[in-house]
Amino acid sequence: MTTDSEPVIYTEGLTKRFGAFTAVRGISFAVERGEIFGFLGANGAGKTTAMRMLCGLSRPTAGIARVAGYDVARQPEQVKRCIGYMSQRFSLYGDLTVRENLKLYGGIYGMSRTHIRQKTAHVLQELRLDHEADKLVGDLPLGWKQKLAFSVAIFHEPQVVFLDEPTGGVDPLTRRRFWELIYGAAERGITVFVTTHYMDEAEYCDRVSIMVDGEIRALDTPRRLRQQFDAAGMDEVFRKLVRVRQAGA
Amino acid sequence: MKTFLSFIHKEFRHILRDRRTMLILLGMPIAQILLFGFAISTEVKNSRVAVLDPSADVATRRIVERLDASAYFEVAHRVDCMEQVDELFRRGEIALAVVFSPYFASELQHTGEARLQLIADGTEPNQAQMVAGYAAQVVQQALPRGERQGVTACVRYLFNPQAKSAFNFVPGVMGMILLLICAMMTSVSIVREKELGSMEVLLASPMPPLGIVLAKAVPYFVLSGVNLATILLLSRYVLGVPVQGSLALLSGISLLYILLSLSLGLLISNVVRSQMAAVLVSGMGLIMPTIILSGLMFPIESMPEVLQYLSGIVPARWYISAVRKVMIEGVEMFHVWREICVLAGMTVVLLTTSIVTFNKRL
Amino acid sequence: MLLFLIEKEFKQFLRNSFLPRMVVMMPLMMMLVLPWAANQEVRSLALCVVDHDESVSTHRLTERIVATDYFRLTCKAADYNEALQQVKRGEADIVLEFPVHFERDMQRGQHPVVYVATNAVDGTKGTIGSAYLTQILSLPLPGRQTAEAVLSPLSQQFRFNPHLDYKVFMVPAMMVMLLTLLAGYLPALNIVTEKERGTIEQMNVSPVGRLQFVMAKLLPFWAVGLFVMTLCLVLAALVYGLVPQGSIASIYVMAAVYILVVSGMGLVISNYSHTTQQAVLVMYFFTMILLLMSGLLTPVRSMPEWAQYISAANPLRYFVEAMRAIFLKGSTLADLNRQLTALLGFAVLFSVWAVFTYRKVE
Repeated sequence: MTTDSEPVIYTEGLTKRFGAFTAVRGISFAVERGEIFGFLGANGAGKTTAMRMLCGLSRPTAGIARVAGYDVARQPEQVKRCIGYMSQRFSLYGDLTVRENLKLYGGIYGMSRTHIRQKTAHVLQELRLDHEADKLVGDLPLGWKQKLAFSVAIFHEPQVVFLDEPTGGVDPLTRRRFWELIYGAAERGITVFVTTHYMDEAEYCDRVSIMVDGEIRALDTPRRLRQQFDAAGMDEVFRKLVRVRQAGA
Repeated sequence: MKTFLSFIHKEFRHILRDRRTMLILLGMPIAQILLFGFAISTEVKNSRVAVLDPSADVATRRIVERLDASAYFEVAHRVDCMEQVDELFRRGEIALAVVFSPYFASELQHTGEARLQLIADGTEPNQAQMVAGYAAQVVQQALPRGERQGVTACVRYLFNPQAKSAFNFVPGVMGMILLLICAMMTSVSIVREKELGSMEVLLASPMPPLGIVLAKAVPYFVLSGVNLATILLLSRYVLGVPVQGSLALLSGISLLYILLSLSLGLLISNVVRSQMAAVLVSGMGLIMPTIILSGLMFPIESMPEVLQYLSGIVPARWYISAVRKVMIEGVEMFHVWREICVLAGMTVVLLTTSIVTFNKRL
Repeated sequence: MLLFLIEKEFKQFLRNSFLPRMVVMMPLMMMLVLPWAANQEVRSLALCVVDHDESVSTHRLTERIVATDYFRLTCKAADYNEALQQVKRGEADIVLEFPVHFERDMQRGQHPVVYVATNAVDGTKGTIGSAYLTQILSLPLPGRQTAEAVLSPLSQQFRFNPHLDYKVFMVPAMMVMLLTLLAGYLPALNIVTEKERGTIEQMNVSPVGRLQFVMAKLLPFWAVGLFVMTLCLVLAALVYGLVPQGSIASIYVMAAVYILVVSGMGLVISNYSHTTQQAVLVMYFFTMILLLMSGLLTPVRSMPEWAQYISAANPLRYFVEAMRAIFLKGSTLADLNRQLTALLGFAVLFSVWAVFTYRKVE
């Protein structure tokens, strides 16, 4: 369906309104295959809403969004076949074991039982979770839960994986390890679309966009953004953007 | 005190924002009172009758006409053989079959011994008895007047002159609804905070833990008061079930019962961890026994002795009994002292237990 | 894909610390305790006699009344007001008052009238109690000649439950109640729990179809429901010696369809709800109304006409009718054509509704 030259995520004027409130106002951008795309913004800037539209969880009020070549408004089920998703809130089944969760989601994406078994062994080894494979997911520490949720999201080798604040609430070292997993996925050709509010994580991305009040105010590689805003780090870039908003308001 | 008030404010907002829950909590007593008052009754009315009348003479016709004319019956089928009667019973078409012997009228005249059989559907015993009884009465009256025999009784129904079922149900509905709101809803709303993790945030506030839980109970307390008033007003003005005794006494007893139910809710929320468990424990452990053992539906004195004793630990039994006495029979306080003492005792025990277990959990 | 989902539902169900135990314990408890408690049979009413005559006739009549199962003499009172006090105190249910010169008037053939006053707070109890008493009183007095055309062998027969045993009536009703509670509430709690825990989000972003999702929820509860049904049938046979008169196969056919109806209803409610509290409350509200209007406890024929029309839209009514008919009357599926069609209709309606109200996209 998609050719390599076509962007894997493409939006034009994507908008979401809830009654009188506009959460996302006409955002347009494109993400290339294999990219790690950071989606930044303060809380309530509209990041999660935008991401939910791209995943087919929320219907756009206006505008176009295509993911993996499918229109999210008209073909949400086709989109869902090609993507993986990890929500902000841990959403695997706490009362199933690690192995059972992997099996369930493998099955949902139509993988054969043998394929699931092989892949599970591989993932468990990669995450060093062999000994915990038959433990209930609900009993794992948060950092492991997050790694597992990520592995489930890419278990079926999707074209794009959407990560909504994947590393909330854990220490920098655990975050660092998590990003190693992200790099691994990107190397295998999976496009990574990640929201975060940790500015140090923004530096790990190929390109970042910064959302303020439902609009994309800046979009470029971290390096060029720093130059453009004459800032030492992404932190400062972000602060400057927000200040612009306050001055304007 | 100010923190406490702001907590209560928060809980009210929670409840008021959830329109659907509010609507149901307020609408439930109305629906139940109306149902019990108008839709549900155990009176025999328009029972369908099949007639097997091979004789078809003056006497049988007279009896059939009388049956059809009475408010209790409606002659729905005329059949020719017993097989048809059986079939109608099996399909649930009829509640009663009247079977005349052949040559009914002439037998009646000559020997005075005509045969008539009343066959009632016995699946529901009380209904069957009433149906058969009424039918026998109608038949007797339709026969040529013989000498009156036996003793005539003049019957009066005390407290409930028309023997309406609503009189019995109103106290029951009160017992059920207050329990549902105070125990079930309160426990679920407390456990919800535990399950979603927001309880920890609240516990970190300067508010003492017990205060947090009390603040949760306050809106439900208010809500039960509103429901209580709704029920009393509806039953007075719509069902015509007046409050015979003292309203103050009735309110006092209800208040005691509400307090009791709230302690039960608190106790449940202390021992379970998930909302689902809270629902099931209060549903199976409270609501179910209340429906069955409180005398709300089934008279306690008809139960086997073991169950009569068991019903003694169901709080609603005492409440419903007290309400029945005060509201409908209009008795004085000293007639219900036993109920009041039991309820008060239970409240003290449950409240202490729930506070003790609550502190232990922390 | 469906297999993986069903496997997951079963694992979650069996791993729950609460649910499997409840699915076994609840039928056990309800089937063992309830039929004994759920007894609306009226017997051993407390009788208070006010005898202004104190003659042989009045004593003999009193003896005859007390000799039946229905009454026990609890007290004697000097006058009516004293008797009324006894009623208020709950010592007596029914008062029988013989006038002065009862015996003399009797012998003179003046047809003396006795007064009966009954506590009718419970309408059914009042009516049936006074009816018994009137019946006993109207029997010819011993030693007096009966004359004229009396319908002597007016025989009464009760079909399907010849001894009018209340348990026979309640056992099939218990099964209906159990299936409604278990197969209705568990699905109602299920989806809303996934919503609250957030696990549904991971499902919504996957290619799982709406139909598959709903099927994966329905089928396990269908299995649970059939298991409960089997347990109930075994218990009914072992404990009460109650074996269905009709075929077991037809019971399963009806139950299989009915479980789909209630589970579907539970899922629909779950889909519309945001919190467990809401789901439980809405479910409780509807099951309460449906149960009360189903004829499970009170006859449908006794309801006013408008209520009977409404009850045509009540799936429970059809299942109650069908279960009682198969169990007690030996009806066949052909007899119950109407009920089966109606239930099938509801099953399709609720399943389709559940599929369409499950929203993957906001």
